[in-house]
Amino acid sequence: MKKSQKIFVQFGICFFVISLVGLLINNLTINLTRTGLGFNFNWLFKPASFALAEHPLPYSSSDNYAWALFIGWLNSLKVIVSSLMLATVLGTLIGFARTGKNALLSLLSAGYITIIRQTPLLLQLMFWYFIGFLGFKDNTFIHIKNIIKISNQGIELSGLTLSSEFSALLFGLGIFTSAYIAEVIRGGILSVPKGQWEAFRSLGLSEKKGLLSIIIPQALPAILPGLTSQYLNLAKNSTLAIAVGYSDIYAINDTIINQTGRAIECFLILLTSFLLLNLLICNCMEIINKTILNSRKYN
Amino acid sequence: MKPIVIAKNLTKSYTKGLLALDNVSLTVNQGKVLVVMGPSGSGKSTLIRTFNGLETFDKGEVNVLGIKIDPDHNERKIQKIRKRVGMVFQQFNLFPHLSILENITLAPVHVQKRRQIEAEEYGMYLLSQMGIDSHAKKYPSQLSGGEQQRVAIARALALKPELLLFDEPTSALDPERINEVLDAMRRLAKQGMTMIVVTHEIGFAKEVSDQVLFMDSGKVIETTTPDIFFSNAKHERSRKFLNQLDKY
Ligand SMILES: Nc1ncnc2c1ncn2[C@@H]1O[C@H](COP(=O)(O)OP(=O)(O)OP(=O)(O)O)[C@@H](O)[C@H]1O
Ligand SMILES: [Mg+2]
Repeated sequence: MKKSQKIFVQFGICFFVISLVGLLINNLTINLTRTGLGFNFNWLFKPASFALAEHPLPYSSSDNYAWALFIGWLNSLKVIVSSLMLATVLGTLIGFARTGKNALLSLLSAGYITIIRQTPLLLQLMFWYFIGFLGFKDNTFIHIKNIIKISNQGIELSGLTLSSEFSALLFGLGIFTSAYIAEVIRGGILSVPKGQWEAFRSLGLSEKKGLLSIIIPQALPAILPGLTSQYLNLAKNSTLAIAVGYSDIYAINDTIINQTGRAIECFLILLTSFLLLNLLICNCMEIINKTILNSRKYN
Repeated sequence: MKPIVIAKNLTKSYTKGLLALDNVSLTVNQGKVLVVMGPSGSGKSTLIRTFNGLETFDKGEVNVLGIKIDPDHNERKIQKIRKRVGMVFQQFNLFPHLSILENITLAPVHVQKRRQIEAEEYGMYLLSQMGIDSHAKKYPSQLSGGEQQRVAIARALALKPELLLFDEPTSALDPERINEVLDAMRRLAKQGMTMIVVTHEIGFAKEVSDQVLFMDSGKVIETTTPDIFFSNAKHERSRKFLNQLDKY
């Protein structure tokens, strides 16, 4: 392409982007004037006057909208962090089973990965909520002497109670993401040259020792970026909480929009909340990544 | 004479109808060096990898150090063999995330349960034997190919093996680096180590080996002494192969 042509194309792209942004801002101002609400955040400090089933910190309906949103953010954080842990543990186990020598385990995990990855997450959440938890008898499904109790009220684990909404979300998100994590782990393991397996085997090291000391340390740099993006997906998918009636940040935003009509402000808040959540995840992973790279004295 | 490796009628195919090993039989006695030669794809790697269970086979029988391996590939027996047999690969296959000394002490500490200090002392001794003890704290990527391969030999020796398998140990090296590795192997042979070496280094084979085994398409074409093989090979196929080797 000639230089003059290049400049022309770039000018064209700039023009297109500027007009698009202008159009959006124009729409926004028209809508704001039509609702007659104006753009401000003063309403945040009015009483929310709705109840929340779950709140990690004290909350009552006389508390203000800002506090309700913060509770929602904490609820989101709680379900994201716990399903992230479940997904990681499950995904790692299944990833290893998938690559391992045991043909039956490998087949089973391949089946698990296929089924989970090829059905919509919303469907899986509904499954865990309606067929899973709400399907249990109201007294008990599993009850082992004060240790664990699973019923349509959720999970009770030695003093810790998890609502059925939270449990369904935990299982749904955790299991859904674990299938993707298993594939990330498998990719990482396959990225280690075959010669490394042959070398540790020829030295008489057991499969377990070889995996832990030779294969995993070399697979980690290939696993971490994929793992991070699965974590970010999980965080974003957690907004499906609204489907099972769990009061996460998205569900609470939705309620507030219905009550106040402050759609634009609420979307900005939602956007910022998720940006904050995902920056948190990204930074944590970056720290882990750096520690691993720094502890690595070779290139 | 004590036989270290006995193979009887070994047969193996990776893909149906194509034999990688076709009725291969051989014996290697204690303290002897067997050189395996043959064109690419003739089954040399497959053959020596069956001796430490890296490869399975379909028919026949292998006996290594008195331990019998059947086609059913019993893991426990193979583990026993691997503790007593060392292997050196064409691509070195050092562990890149471990230091040179850690590469060498890993197996003695975890397989033979030796004390770390003891394993390190012996590791340093082996490295000095290979002339590379000054690199002990470095990582594989900081060493030249020839140095890496000598580390790989030291690593294989760390378990005090009774048999060493070499799969084209010098094929990935620059010509001027080949001799430093071959010299190390010559010394091992002089010390009485039993070795099976896949190589195309005629000089090494003539000087060090007791027997040369020539393969083509999975079959053993002939097994003779190096004197006869290099001056007066019986088979047309062997002579043709040697002619071609000479050209390079
Ligand atoms: N993992 C495998 N899967 C399928 N076929 C294989 C595999 N490994 C080897 N083969 C085939 O088996 C035959 C013997 O291979 P092998 O590697 O033993 O030959 P080689 O004599 O070592 O060759 P080279 O000199 O190139 O190393 C070849 O036809 C090869 O294509
Ligand atoms: Mg080969």
